[in-house]
Amino acid sequence: MYSFNYLKPVSIEDAASMLSESDEHKVISGGMTLIPTLKQRLARVERLIGLEKCGLSEIKLDGELLKIGAMATHAEVSESDIVVMENPAIAELASHIGDRQVRNRGTIGGSLANNDPSACYPAAILALGGIIHTTKRDINAEEFFVDLFETALEEDEIITAVSLPKPDAAAYEKFPNPASRYAMVGVFVAKFNSEIRVAVTGAGEEGVFRCSEIETALLKAFSSESLSDCTISADGLMSDIHAEADYRAHLIVEMAKRAVTKSARR
Amino acid sequence: MILGEIDVTQVTLMVNGTQHNEDVSDYMLLADFIREKLKLTGTHVGCDTSQCGACVIHIDGISVKSCTMLAVQADGSNITTIEGLADGDVLHPMQQAFHENHGLQCGFCTPGMIMSAIELIDGKPDISEAEIRQGLEGNLCRCTGYQNIVKSVHEAAKVERR
Repeated sequence: MYSFNYLKPVSIEDAASMLSESDEHKVISGGMTLIPTLKQRLARVERLIGLEKCGLSEIKLDGELLKIGAMATHAEVSESDIVVMENPAIAELASHIGDRQVRNRGTIGGSLANNDPSACYPAAILALGGIIHTTKRDINAEEFFVDLFETALEEDEIITAVSLPKPDAAAYEKFPNPASRYAMVGVFVAKFNSEIRVAVTGAGEEGVFRCSEIETALLKAFSSESLSDCTISADGLMSDIHAEADYRAHLIVEMAKRAVTKSARR
Repeated sequence: MILGEIDVTQVTLMVNGTQHNEDVSDYMLLADFIREKLKLTGTHVGCDTSQCGACVIHIDGISVKSCTMLAVQADGSNITTIEGLADGDVLHPMQQAFHENHGLQCGFCTPGMIMSAIELIDGKPDISEAEIRQGLEGNLCRCTGYQNIVKSVHEAAKVERR
């Protein structure tokens, strides 16, 4: 690891101001990706700005929306009574990220800001049509996820919370890589009144995306049988040593079927 | 205090019931702090990539991988390492269960396994074997001695039930 200084601002405004001072400054929340990256010298910073004293971990109901603070850990989200009651699919998703020790440190804000193409949260936030609150503005999920490890966040902008509407039914299903446990394909399905929204992680060459073929098929009837003849093009899907693009295309339909079935059991 | 360009920060930590005030460079890993500054070498570093779990400790009662956290981030916290579990010569019930069920072979993963397992069974005396296996997914045993590790954790949970 290259050397750096560690700062502990006590408010998010101070953190944002420290971040804006230099390109060599970086924000750290749980550090479950950033610390390994620094250890491998894949990244170098002059100053790390820790958000642990900024108080951003509250989970609450904000009118109709479930509002989760950026510093809420995966363990806190998965065990929160409010989340389990209002949006159980989010609690279940959070309970399967990484392992117990990663869930004890990793945060929702950190996961979204990193936008790993195999991360679970981006699929949920995009499928639910969430809003990402930052130190500067509110960003719709559609505009937030830009490309692999790339978001709409500006250099000196920090996520403060995420707001999620309550779906009529929702579930997430992932096919974990047998070794890394990251999603080789993860599908989040959400049903609102007359709208179906389906987002896929782990598969797209440009990161998380909405899958219109599955959304259209599920509009006829929100049941796994609606997907029995559904096929998805492998164009734009990742191929790597773990899975070819056409295998991922097949997994997307299968995970979507399982997610729909799971959502009906709630 | 400035040492060259890099800050040295004084951290105050309670480790296994003893308070420590130490100067650390900001980029020192918590696992290195525990092993090299405090000489508590029961916490192991296996993979150094946050996968194997040999470095698991408790911070304020919560299990974390100390190779993926900085010492400055633990300032002000209450830490328990494997050395803090036994009461003199009396083993912690989880250690006793590993002893009785042959839950260790080479022993390298054992400190992390035990620290993870204690959090895992807390408040769950009726935990199932499947839950134990899933709950220990962040800990790897290169001897592949999982059968007896799972058995040990199961037995320790039963002891808690009594």
